[in-house]
Amino acid sequence: MTTMTGAQALIKALEHEGVDIAFGVPGGAILPAYDPILDSSIRHVLARHEQGAGHMAEGYAWATGKVGVCIATSGPGATNLVTPLADALMDSVPIVAITGQVPTGAVGNDAFQEAYTTGITMPATKHNYFVTDPDEIPQLVHEAFHIASTGRPGPVLLDLPKDILNATTTWHTPVDLSLPGYRPTVDGHPLRVREAVEMIAAAERPVLYVGGGIIKANGAGELRRFAELTNVPVTTTLMGRGAFPDAHPLAMGMPGMHGTYTAITAIQKSDLLISIGVRFDDRVTGNPSTFAPHAKVIHVDVDPAEIGKVRVPEVPIVGDARAVLAQLIEAWGERPTPERTAWRETVRGWQRDHPLRYQQSPDGPLKPQYVVEELHRITGGDAIVVAGVGQHQMWASQFWQFNHPRRWINSGGLGTMGFAVPAAIGAKAGMPDELVYAIDGDGCFQMTSQELITAATDGIPVKVAIMNNGVHGMVTQWQRLFYNNRFSASQLGNMVDYVKLAEAMGCVGLRADSPDEVAPTIEKSLSINDRPVVVEFVVDPEEMVFPMVPAGGSNDDVILGPTERVITAASDLP
Amino acid sequence: MNHTLSVFVEDKPGVLARVSSLLARRGFNIHSLAVGPSHEDGMSKMTIVVEAPELEQVKKQLHKLVNVVKITELEPDQSIEREVMLVRVSAASGRRSDVLEIASIFKAVAVDVGHNSICFQVAGEPAKINDFLELVRPYGVIDLVKSGRVALARDTKGKQPRLRAVN
Ligand SMILES: Cc1ncc(C[n+]2csc(CCOP(=O)(O)OP(=O)(O)O)c2C)c(N)n1
Ligand SMILES: [Mg+2]
Repeated sequence: MTTMTGAQALIKALEHEGVDIAFGVPGGAILPAYDPILDSSIRHVLARHEQGAGHMAEGYAWATGKVGVCIATSGPGATNLVTPLADALMDSVPIVAITGQVPTGAVGNDAFQEAYTTGITMPATKHNYFVTDPDEIPQLVHEAFHIASTGRPGPVLLDLPKDILNATTTWHTPVDLSLPGYRPTVDGHPLRVREAVEMIAAAERPVLYVGGGIIKANGAGELRRFAELTNVPVTTTLMGRGAFPDAHPLAMGMPGMHGTYTAITAIQKSDLLISIGVRFDDRVTGNPSTFAPHAKVIHVDVDPAEIGKVRVPEVPIVGDARAVLAQLIEAWGERPTPERTAWRETVRGWQRDHPLRYQQSPDGPLKPQYVVEELHRITGGDAIVVAGVGQHQMWASQFWQFNHPRRWINSGGLGTMGFAVPAAIGAKAGMPDELVYAIDGDGCFQMTSQELITAATDGIPVKVAIMNNGVHGMVTQWQRLFYNNRFSASQLGNMVDYVKLAEAMGCVGLRADSPDEVAPTIEKSLSINDRPVVVEFVVDPEEMVFPMVPAGGSNDDVILGPTERVITAASDLP
Repeated sequence: MNHTLSVFVEDKPGVLARVSSLLARRGFNIHSLAVGPSHEDGMSKMTIVVEAPELEQVKKQLHKLVNVVKITELEPDQSIEREVMLVRVSAASGRRSDVLEIASIFKAVAVDVGHNSICFQVAGEPAKINDFLELVRPYGVIDLVKSGRVALARDTKGKQPRLRAVN
């Protein structure tokens, strides 16, 4: 049997799992693993910061549905990965992180670049491993990929001491997994499924409240069939944008804090909430005790801990969203599709009376919503959109029409500023033939923009639209609404010349600061495909995101605009 | 409200840290936690007494740990619960016999006798141990350690409830 090092076994094990690309930054403890990468089929992308490497792995996973891989050295390399790991845990993104560790004998001695990586990342991963035997590497890598990608997906970390990487071993082909404590449920309980179907057939004002679980389970096709079969209007959460086509007559857009009036109100008036792959996040429910007060709840989720965590459902169904939707379709059988005339008409009325809106005057300041709409129009919506965190993220989610899954990538649960640029790079690396357009804020951009050097160096031509309002806009919005216009520490200023900054990083830089420049500048950005392109849109710093349900408030109380407050009355009921 | 959970886990490095950190992170209070080898090779059993209004969430969250194989909630009347306490009681020569008398009632064993104190070992039901402690407290408790509760489900097959009460 040919001998190899633990490091060679590691890289071979990654190849064995089908890894074609990894994002990382080398360093002392992980160096042994970097050498055999040169002889492997794996493309390595040298990130400029490990946080970037982690978000790249996430972007890759979001866009492709495959497991993203990132690599870092011990100590600071590993601690820099904590943010993307926590992000991936919150948003159920399948990634595997490989970290070097100081040699086994030095562990616990405060050795140079030692950090207790498995301890630090324990609450930020779905599972992690401290590897102590080089013979086990292929099996543990196999386990890591299995755990990351099955059940409720998430991040898994393998911490490998340098002596283990340098040790001599032989190749041990992974064998069948023995994980007695890890057996995710796929199919829903048939009895519950039948109960659910009966309730849906009997409901008068049902709403499908669906999220990231549909996308993770690749269940968008089944969802559409089921929604049409049962004639139930659909709201897609921030994590689930694209799980159901926005262009569909049953689509109501996003629920929650910055959701559409229609989606928010439909949930409040609903008598049956069919919740699939969602977790009743506080950004959706507001005050949970006033959320969907008239509704019975069906809750489908692959993670049993999500069921009943916030809202106790009448019908709990543990299972994979796609599998359960297929069961629901089957159980619905030959029943006729209900008309639901009154309910559909009520929903249409809300859509007609309270659409998302903004005002772009021809010579006034440029509105960020207009930029998003123009981007959508000019690209025909045919792009993967990656957002940062802040107002721009909400506008991107609101004003882009998502008609397919895996074309919207953002940091939903953790709300990680700086996510967009590296995640876009990961997405583009995984889907090189797709147009990948990040919509970022100026604050977010300044957190991770150096990864554009990675993109330029490694030939990953992403496009980044910066919504430059000169402020931490989401912070100023709260300060306007709740802190008496006292703008503490939210002013970014206008020091940065983004065109020059882009050029300095090997990208093309463009700028538009008036409405009539928007379209030609977007056209220009689309014509350049040999390098990353950064487009600065100088936008109105005073624009606010509406509708808005203030944090912890009731979804009955939607602020529709800067001077309006609408309290939906119970008499709205059909 | 306190609940006793028997948690069957793979004996993997860090499993205790995973369990305790998860409980802490989710805001569940650990009253006691005892862990040791189980009847199966490579598996350990933890007895966790946890204070949580929502026990379902505790169980579901624990189940998410890859190394956790099985969780059983032990109802007090359908399980055997035991604890060991070592307690050093101040016992100057004049009061020694009083303390020893209480000890003999509770089958507490004097495991270390010094000039001014006696260390007792008491094993049994948690309530019994607490009773003993309350009775010796007036004499002066100098030091004390408890093992944490261990518990097993009773074999209830075919038995009448009152027969099960026999220890
Ligand atoms: C890492 C991190 N730090 C702080 C925050 C808090 N935060 C949320 S949105 C926001 C402002 C974002 O500013 P910008 O990127 O310019 O976006 P805008 O809201 O202006 O569109 C801040 C500071 C966060 N979400 N993430
Ligand atoms: Mg900004």
